Amino acid sequence: MDLINLYLIPGVVLGCIYALGAVGLSLIYGVLRFGHFAHGDVMTFGAYVTLSAVALLGLSPFAALPIAMLVTALLAILIDRLFYRPFRDRPTIVVVIASFGVALMLRSLVEIFWGADDRSYETGIRRPVTYFDTLVIAPRHVAIIIAAVALVTVLHVFLTRTRLGKAMRAVSDQPSLARVCGIDLDTVSLWAWVFGGALAAAAGVFLATDTQLNPNMGWNLLLPLFAAAILGGIGKPYGAIVGGLVIGLAEELSSFPLFSERPLVPPDYKTGVAFAIMVVMLLWRPQGLFRGRVFE
Amino acid sequence: MSALFGYGEYAVSLLTIGGIYAVMALGLNLQWGYGGLFNAGVSGFFAVGAYASAILTAPPMPGHFVGFGLPVIVGIASAMVLSAAVGWFVGRICLGLQSDYLAMATIGIAEILRLIIDNEIWLTNGSRGIVAIPRPFEDLPGVWRDLAYLGLVAAVVAALYLALERLARSPWGRVMRAIRDNEAAAAAFGKDVASFRLQAFVLGSMAMGLSGALTAHAFKFIGPDATLPLITTFLVWVMLIAGGSANNRGAILGPIIIWTLWSATELLTGTLPPEWQIRGSYLRVFLIGLLLQVVLQRFPRGLLPERPPRPPEAEAPQTERA
Repeated sequence: MDLINLYLIPGVVLGCIYALGAVGLSLIYGVLRFGHFAHGDVMTFGAYVTLSAVALLGLSPFAALPIAMLVTALLAILIDRLFYRPFRDRPTIVVVIASFGVALMLRSLVEIFWGADDRSYETGIRRPVTYFDTLVIAPRHVAIIIAAVALVTVLHVFLTRTRLGKAMRAVSDQPSLARVCGIDLDTVSLWAWVFGGALAAAAGVFLATDTQLNPNMGWNLLLPLFAAAILGGIGKPYGAIVGGLVIGLAEELSSFPLFSERPLVPPDYKTGVAFAIMVVMLLWRPQGLFRGRVFE
Repeated sequence: MSALFGYGEYAVSLLTIGGIYAVMALGLNLQWGYGGLFNAGVSGFFAVGAYASAILTAPPMPGHFVGFGLPVIVGIASAMVLSAAVGWFVGRICLGLQSDYLAMATIGIAEILRLIIDNEIWLTNGSRGIVAIPRPFEDLPGVWRDLAYLGLVAAVVAALYLALERLARSPWGRVMRAIRDNEAAAAAFGKDVASFRLQAFVLGSMAMGLSGALTAHAFKFIGPDATLPLITTFLVWVMLIAGGSANNRGAILGPIIIWTLWSATELLTGTLPPEWQIRGSYLRVFLIGLLLQVVLQRFPRGLLPERPPRPPEAEAPQTERA
């Protein structure tokens, strides 16, 4: 049972968090064709907005989530206008450098306004609940998994049922063809930022609920997020969800003591698992499991 | 008189660190300026160099940390070899693919190395860092000690500058620029694009390792904080872009100016009341980020723009690099 309680469930929770972040990364790449290196720090920002909402309005983190998603989506649009859009006619690598700079600016803003210390939404020890005598699961983990599934469902309905969602997938699959069909790239990219920012905020809040708030929390997640997006095939939102779950599970399961008393991989090197998966994917199948596109 | 002396000492340390950053920026210039390769993990290559040289030269502390007590020159040479090897490994994986992958893989290597430095205490002494690293010329009296080290750094910068200028003007440099500006055309002329890129990447990584070693010996100490992406990767990018990429003089001027700004603003925030000091230091980071954005958008060619060598005959019109 330890395998499920201590490794599988945390793995799924972490996987949900990665999936929400990686989906945004993949959507933004699909529409705008660049790796958004500030995505982790957008997550951090969302988590801290929630902290303020919790403190000022007395809401629970989950109730404050819509506010954080809205604010972070607006921030994402603003960042695009100020720092990415001016480079539209320059090589994409310049936008990548700009996003690298935005990552640092966001982090220092968080440090200026909220300080650099570890924070958390609520204090005190939270007791896990036991089901069927053996299944031990923390209520916050249940909440995170349910909320993540709900958000992914909303995204799925958007991508498959609305005109705009279909347009977004069309741009991601065939940009030139989509333009010929009269799809307005500006609207599509605006909504890519809205979804990317909002989902990143949710991922940040879930991560902070599960662990703690820290100005570096998002930056530290950048590696697994990219690994997830590459694993799923960059530009493929559904692939990113699967990729996120796989990386999250792999990171947690890697510390399971399978062959001896000691963990398979020391827990300190969890991030290394994501990196190893990414390197293997780059060597073996850079287009990802689901035939996304290769960065070009 | 003593105040003047203080300023002098300050200037020496400013130039020493600026010079070390110039070594790093020259390496990055080879990768990005001439090769168009986006290395987002400069801190990783810096760390390899710094720790390699520190571990090899520091005296052993039984029970705490290995340490080999070898001569400094051995440490520095090994630092360059080792960081070149890491560069080769990353380059082999990613250079066939496109820039975003390279950026991610270099960040990845840098973060993994940071984990190793934090956790492998027997090798790196963990968060306490390695102390008592020998420093060249430390037996000299008073100011001469610092001046001699500055001289060493300046000599390294000068040697590297001359070598890179030679390289940039050689056929090798022309091929690098051709690949950067039009990969397909260079390949059509029969140039082995992947191999040229790998060479530039490995040489650049070597310079970054060298700058790491010089830092470790300058401070006689190296700890995990020195390998944070902010003060290496990020600052050196701002320096190179502000100075002017694909211009080796820009890659020296940028670090000196930006480092002066960076450290002068630190003095400035030091005068703030304590409760504002910490915020002031974050504001400084924010402003340097903003500076990068302004330079990228308004002055994309930097202070000293690229000046490609003219072909011997025929005044070919020079196209601006986007």
